Amino acid sequence: MAGFTFPRGGIHPEEHKEITEHLAIEEMPPPAQVVLPLSMHFGAPAKPVVKKKQEVQEGDVIATVEKALGATIHSSVTGVVKTIESRPHPTMVKCDAIVIDRNPDAPPREYQSEDWRKISREKLLAAVKNAGIVGLGGAGFPTHVKLSPPPTAKIDTLILNGAECEPYLTTDHRIMLEHPEKVIEGAKVILKILGIKNAVIGVELNKADAINALNKAAKEASGSDDMNVAVQGMEVKYPQGSEKQLIYSLTQRAVPGGGLPFDVGVIVQNISTTLAVFEATVMNKPLYEKVVTFSGRALNKPANLRVKVGTVLSDVVDFLGGTRDLLKIVSGGPMMGFAMSTLDVPVTKTTSGVLFLNSKETDSDLHGPCIHCGWCMEACPMGLSPKEVGIFVEAGRGHLTERFGVFDCFECGCCAYVCPAKRPLVQFARLAKIQIKKHG
Amino acid sequence: MWTVSASLIPVMLLSIYVFGFRGLIITLVSIVSCVVVEAISQKALGRPVTAGDGSAVLTGILMAFVIPPGVPYWLPIIGAVGAIFINKELMGGLGFNVWNPALVGRALLMASFPVYMTAAWIPPIDWTQSPLGIFLGAGAVDTVSTATPLYVLKHYGLNALMQQFGGMETIWRNFFIGSMPGCIGETSALLILVGGIFLLVRGIITWYIPVSTIATVAVLSWIFGGETWFGGQPLVQVLSGGLMLGAFYMCTDYVTSPTLKSAQIVFGIGVGALTVLIRLKGGYPEGVCYAILLMNCLTPALDEWFHPKRFAPPKQAPVAAVK
Ligand code: SF4
Ligand code: SF4
Repeated sequence: MAGFTFPRGGIHPEEHKEITEHLAIEEMPPPAQVVLPLSMHFGAPAKPVVKKKQEVQEGDVIATVEKALGATIHSSVTGVVKTIESRPHPTMVKCDAIVIDRNPDAPPREYQSEDWRKISREKLLAAVKNAGIVGLGGAGFPTHVKLSPPPTAKIDTLILNGAECEPYLTTDHRIMLEHPEKVIEGAKVILKILGIKNAVIGVELNKADAINALNKAAKEASGSDDMNVAVQGMEVKYPQGSEKQLIYSLTQRAVPGGGLPFDVGVIVQNISTTLAVFEATVMNKPLYEKVVTFSGRALNKPANLRVKVGTVLSDVVDFLGGTRDLLKIVSGGPMMGFAMSTLDVPVTKTTSGVLFLNSKETDSDLHGPCIHCGWCMEACPMGLSPKEVGIFVEAGRGHLTERFGVFDCFECGCCAYVCPAKRPLVQFARLAKIQIKKHG
Repeated sequence: MWTVSASLIPVMLLSIYVFGFRGLIITLVSIVSCVVVEAISQKALGRPVTAGDGSAVLTGILMAFVIPPGVPYWLPIIGAVGAIFINKELMGGLGFNVWNPALVGRALLMASFPVYMTAAWIPPIDWTQSPLGIFLGAGAVDTVSTATPLYVLKHYGLNALMQQFGGMETIWRNFFIGSMPGCIGETSALLILVGGIFLLVRGIITWYIPVSTIATVAVLSWIFGGETWFGGQPLVQVLSGGLMLGAFYMCTDYVTSPTLKSAQIVFGIGVGALTVLIRLKGGYPEGVCYAILLMNCLTPALDEWFHPKRFAPPKQAPVAAVK
């Protein structure tokens, strides 16, 4: 089976998934202290509803967002609020955070399962909202908002993104392999919330074991509800898991520039998010734990860990036996992730992986002039001209690059990956966008 | 770029076999002077010195390959100044030159030293007569006793060509294998083809430009090249002169050729058509060099006219921000 794919561009970076793909998800013991930033993702920062010295239970609401777009935050441990102060943050340098000291004697909280089939759509949606779920893959758009599309949108398909095309990351792979039934159930919950019947899970063909597991679970679950969850293998090609590419691969529908998936009748959810929806609705458990890939050749013991949100990276590194020849820390995958300068930042809801790269896995920063080989244009899945954007930005004319379609650039990094002159084309595109906006 | 240079080694070896060590020495002089000129000009212009990045070496090789083997040893130095200093560094360095450096070097030498550049041909060494010819070739060769096949064809016609170089089949064979007078690197269509295919397989070049160039030359010279319509000798035209070298190695230079497939095909057709026009109607028997240089001028325009096909562009055209 060749597998479905998107129409143009794309690259085949080295996968590096072999480091962690065969490692079962492991539970990391809760740390002595957690740091929960009030701003973890897209949307307004949350407001604390707890005070210093207050006792909190694992799973208690500690911060909420009333009006604006955002998501509730829950305590990930049982203990005492130590302080609310500014702490290092993965993307914002510093951000106010609630710091909680864990009570070492508290037992983990138990949750009662429920049958989602008996719960109404509205209640399910409310459960998703109360659980503070956001898109766990990237920007972290609040999931309850995504699951309430405007009434004008005619949604007919739910897509679950199991592509996991970024090198190194194996979180979704392990979840699909170890908990296929939860993924399928979670998909059905979302289908019920959306009031539609069809879901398709797109998985890259390098995860054959996950495809088999999902197929088996889907077969066992079929017949129990009037819903159809299909599994579709896709070609192994980066960026297969990017929203527009994924939608095209699975439905041959193209989301126009500036548009959203529901413009073509589709809603996309990530696998980890689906698992969170399952836990929120079936187990009543809010989102304060997640599976994260910790990988890279500088890490002594790479792993797929289930960690508490708010666990500081240095605690994780200690648990995983430390690092050697560490040169670069990346949050997310190497293609679209971002570098971090300190181990003092916590795991947030949107952390899908943290990579500890050694000198062999890191490129030097020196870049040359563009030699017009055109490889970047060949690789760009959006059909843009990254080389022109780069040349314009370097010449101080970044504000003239809108005609090359920079606003369609989703910073996947394919262009920079293939560039023989190692030009930082993604940074150029970012600068161009800023300059166009500044220029009015 | 090192790969491209490496793919030319067989051609180099053959030229030693055909013309003796003279060709090798000329090539070495050319490489060294290109690298040195680049280093000096970068120093002088206050840029980081990147003369060792392989691009000057490649220019040196290619420039040597398009000049006759019998020229004085100092000639490539002048060519290097034109190719590297004027054409490349003064235009902004790597990536900013409009014209192919090696060809600018050749064009400059053509204009300044036309006698050397059009007469310093060496007949291929006849190995049955002189097993030591490879060494002697470096010295006592009568450089003006011969003419290139295209020159003969142009000025004396097909019959004279057959007379001088043997029957049609011999001509094809010699051209293909590479035993004929000509520039250092353009004698063997076969080896250039091998090198070109190697580059294609490695994904360093694409087939659009070479194929469209060669096909255009073949078709046009077949139609217009003979005494009657459709009476031309496409194979002679394709296999001789610098066409193969130009199509696979000069036209495909990233910097000076367009980036998109469609634009590349237009570029190739342009080079082919201009080559035939110059060869048949112009003052030179050989037209590849000027054809490419002329099309190089069009490259920025071709890049501007042809755009990649966008995936799912916005429904409304973006507000034009051009000022
Ligand atoms: S980062 Fe932007 S310009 Fe580069 S390949 Fe991806 S979409 Fe295209
Ligand atoms: S890949 Fe790099 S060198 Fe090649 S055209 Fe694009 S920006 Fe220029």
